[in-house]
Amino acid sequence: MAYLFHTDADRAQMLASIGADSVQQIIDQQVPQDVQLQRSLNLGDAAGELTLESEMRRLAAQNSSASSHACFLGCGAYDHFIPAAVDEIASRGEYYTSYTPYQAEVSQGNLQVMFEYETLITQITGLAVSNASLYDGGSAATEGVLMALASVRNREKVITSEAVHPEYRDILEAYLKNIGATLVTVPVGDNGDSSAIISAIDEQTACVLIQHPNFLGRLEDVTAIADAAHSKGALLVQSFDPISTGLLKRPGDLGADIAVAEGQCLGNPLQYGGPYLGIMACREDLVRRLPGRIAGQTTDRRGNRCWVLTLQTREQHIRREKATSNICSNQTLLALRATVYLSLLGPEGLRETASHCLRKADYAKRRITASDRFDIVHDGPVFKEFVVRDRSDDVDGLLRHAESQGILAGVALGQFDPSMNDCFLVAVTEKRSRDDIDRLAAVLSDAPCRSAVASA
Amino acid sequence: MRNQQATNLLFELSRPGRRAHRLDDLDIDSPDVEHLIPDEHRADQPPPLPELAEGDVVRHFVGLSTLNMSVDTHFYPLGSCTMKYNPKRNERLASLPGILDVHPMQSEGTTQGLLALLYDLQNMLAEISGLPGVSLQPAAGAHGELTALLVAAAYFRDSGEDRKIVLTADSAHGTNPASAQMAGFKTKAVKSNADGLVDMDDLRAKLDDQTAVFMLTNPNTLGLFDSQIKEITDLVHQAGALIYLDGANMNAILGITRPGDFGADLMHFNPHKTFSGPHGGGGPGAGPICVRDFLAPYLPSPIVDKDDQGTYRLRRPDSSIGRVRSFFGNVGVLVRAYLYIRTYGGEGLRRVSEDALLGANYLLSKVKHIMDVPHGERCMHEFVASATKLKKQHGLSAMDLAKRILDYGFHAPTVYFPLVVDEAVMIEPTETESKETLDAFAEALFRITEEAGDLVHQAPHTTRISRPDDVTAARRPVLRWQPKSETD
Repeated sequence: MAYLFHTDADRAQMLASIGADSVQQIIDQQVPQDVQLQRSLNLGDAAGELTLESEMRRLAAQNSSASSHACFLGCGAYDHFIPAAVDEIASRGEYYTSYTPYQAEVSQGNLQVMFEYETLITQITGLAVSNASLYDGGSAATEGVLMALASVRNREKVITSEAVHPEYRDILEAYLKNIGATLVTVPVGDNGDSSAIISAIDEQTACVLIQHPNFLGRLEDVTAIADAAHSKGALLVQSFDPISTGLLKRPGDLGADIAVAEGQCLGNPLQYGGPYLGIMACREDLVRRLPGRIAGQTTDRRGNRCWVLTLQTREQHIRREKATSNICSNQTLLALRATVYLSLLGPEGLRETASHCLRKADYAKRRITASDRFDIVHDGPVFKEFVVRDRSDDVDGLLRHAESQGILAGVALGQFDPSMNDCFLVAVTEKRSRDDIDRLAAVLSDAPCRSAVASA
Repeated sequence: MRNQQATNLLFELSRPGRRAHRLDDLDIDSPDVEHLIPDEHRADQPPPLPELAEGDVVRHFVGLSTLNMSVDTHFYPLGSCTMKYNPKRNERLASLPGILDVHPMQSEGTTQGLLALLYDLQNMLAEISGLPGVSLQPAAGAHGELTALLVAAAYFRDSGEDRKIVLTADSAHGTNPASAQMAGFKTKAVKSNADGLVDMDDLRAKLDDQTAVFMLTNPNTLGLFDSQIKEITDLVHQAGALIYLDGANMNAILGITRPGDFGADLMHFNPHKTFSGPHGGGGPGAGPICVRDFLAPYLPSPIVDKDDQGTYRLRRPDSSIGRVRSFFGNVGVLVRAYLYIRTYGGEGLRRVSEDALLGANYLLSKVKHIMDVPHGERCMHEFVASATKLKKQHGLSAMDLAKRILDYGFHAPTVYFPLVVDEAVMIEPTETESKETLDAFAEALFRITEEAGDLVHQAPHTTRISRPDDVTAARRPVLRWQPKSETD
């Protein structure tokens, strides 16, 4: 049956060795009768490989995807190009069917990959230490805040801004609710400057969480916010876009104490949101507060250089009642993919990918606004995402129309902020061709209109 | 025949000017980067990543992969981790473009196929657990624990009850108390009795109107099903508290008994254990949770619903705790779990657990003649042996045993956990190992007990490295490679 081994002869021999008549007898000796399930689980019949395959192909074909459509969706998950070597390496069973490197001697492959990953993350963040990864960009932002709360004594205030990904802020709120921290969310002014955040920072502030480039693609004045936080004894946690470091100053260079990111963009598939890769790096002096696993270098009894899990509250060794984080895993396979990806790109490849995103986004902006129906909401620089206003205020109809034309045109922003009901967010990666962008602009401008465009 | 390209670090293989990935020239007119990004934001140069050719990269990572033991290559009886075979069909089907390339912000209208699958999986997990409210969002087992405790905290807050204590078993995974701490609870440990089960007197003594949740692993980490389970859950419910079941050991009881039927109110699954999701070198996993009806309104958002027209929709539960992760969850892992459950069907899943029990008890029947197994003649899906006697008689510790077994071509069992057994060796064979493999493993254990001296104390001998210096690694941490000039 499926993946089972034992033949009737095996079973008979095994039961004889155990000294049991049947497996049912082994169960009855341990599981009280009154809690045993007296029926079969209602999960349908077993399905063979061929049946499952044809079913899944049908089911997969019911979904649109970045394979069937030109994808201009972002919000923290991006359709970047993944070189073939990434898939090839990550599909090796020695990587994907191994487990946590509890036995270093037979896990040197994974441990060295973790160490290389950590090094690469310090290189793209400009910070001294990285862990071996967390669940995703959203929970990593929250873990960064928890880490700051644990590092800065006797302060309970956490400041963030509406320009941080709304889902990240939801996670933060859920985590902070029961632990006596106060969350202050600063609204974003139309001009997008940092004065509101800076004036909210006081002596009670443990940390500030910002995103740069922010949720709407705009650039924040990180250095000014970092200086303001530091002058009041608070820490700065910056959520960043790893691809952007090909062009933009790194979190560490801007004064961030802790940097977090969604690493999906580094060679990992979209997969409807997961599994993803939570990146986290910090200043050297915060290392003992860093959650999650960390691989470090040492030597073995023969003097060979090697790698081990270190500074670790391993699952079995967590300081049970004193933990500030309960994370006892990491996303090794996704970290491996990110490691291979960054090795293939190198400094020039990362710079090139970032500049293609930047310049194609700028081109898309200009093409879309060639139609009177659309405005770009914000002036000022963006990296690979920008907000478009539909002056006929029919974003849902517009996006549905684009879907029917083979384009995933953007994300409706009304779902996050009712005041942005007439806006959508467009993301442009290096994968979008000139033809994709031209078609996007054409489809948007030709879309049927619910109402005539209000005269400007 | 050592492969230097593998054991050198990427950064040591780097040569200035080498390059693998290159994009085609930009085919659009656009201002230069300098015009689009103001100076104060622009870096002078890109990060100092290694510079390599594609062939370098591939040889390096393929070489490194050969230094790992894995389920595809070795028996991996790591107790508590359920290292079962990872089916290849699941890999292929989870990688179909209409699954793998779906963007999380796509509209519901464009993801009906995937939402149907996730909706079915919610119902499957509800059926397997006997608990109707399901959230697929948590990204790992420990994340599921935390999420369920946030749900419990919200429930008590709404009920106007101020309960701040979470009880955990002293044999529990260390994540239990850590998760409780993160959800704002204080923890107390409930002792195990001589049989390795919950000490009922200690539970009675620690249970009061301050108790919010008792976190229980059943079967527990000793591989024992707690025969007092009904008594435990009744007692906890009478005190107005909830029962949380750590689902790490669900592989033992699929279709045999359901947590909801024996009194659990909340639980998490580990699909990467129970439902064959590959462990990926330590992640990704997932940690979906199942809860009773009255707790379902507090589940994180979103969950998948089906409307009267048969259309699938994402919905935020009425009193949702919010989110614990961005987007939907670890969908790739969940798809594999769905495929696994479909492969076996209801009766087949029970066979999985029966064979897991058969394999574990068979191995126990062999191992008990080689070393002590403190908690008896029978186990569920795993058992815990103790090397205490071997250590006294031959100086052979659990660590020595674990290291030496590597030389015999087996991954080591879990050692020194659970903490309630001295010199613990925790063995979980799973249902996807043959009798021949189990025989060979028992034989290797026996042979090791006949060995002595440096052969065991300096083991392993056949691996590329042996007995790394963990103490120095923690005292003087080296956590990244740096160019020579920076480290002098």
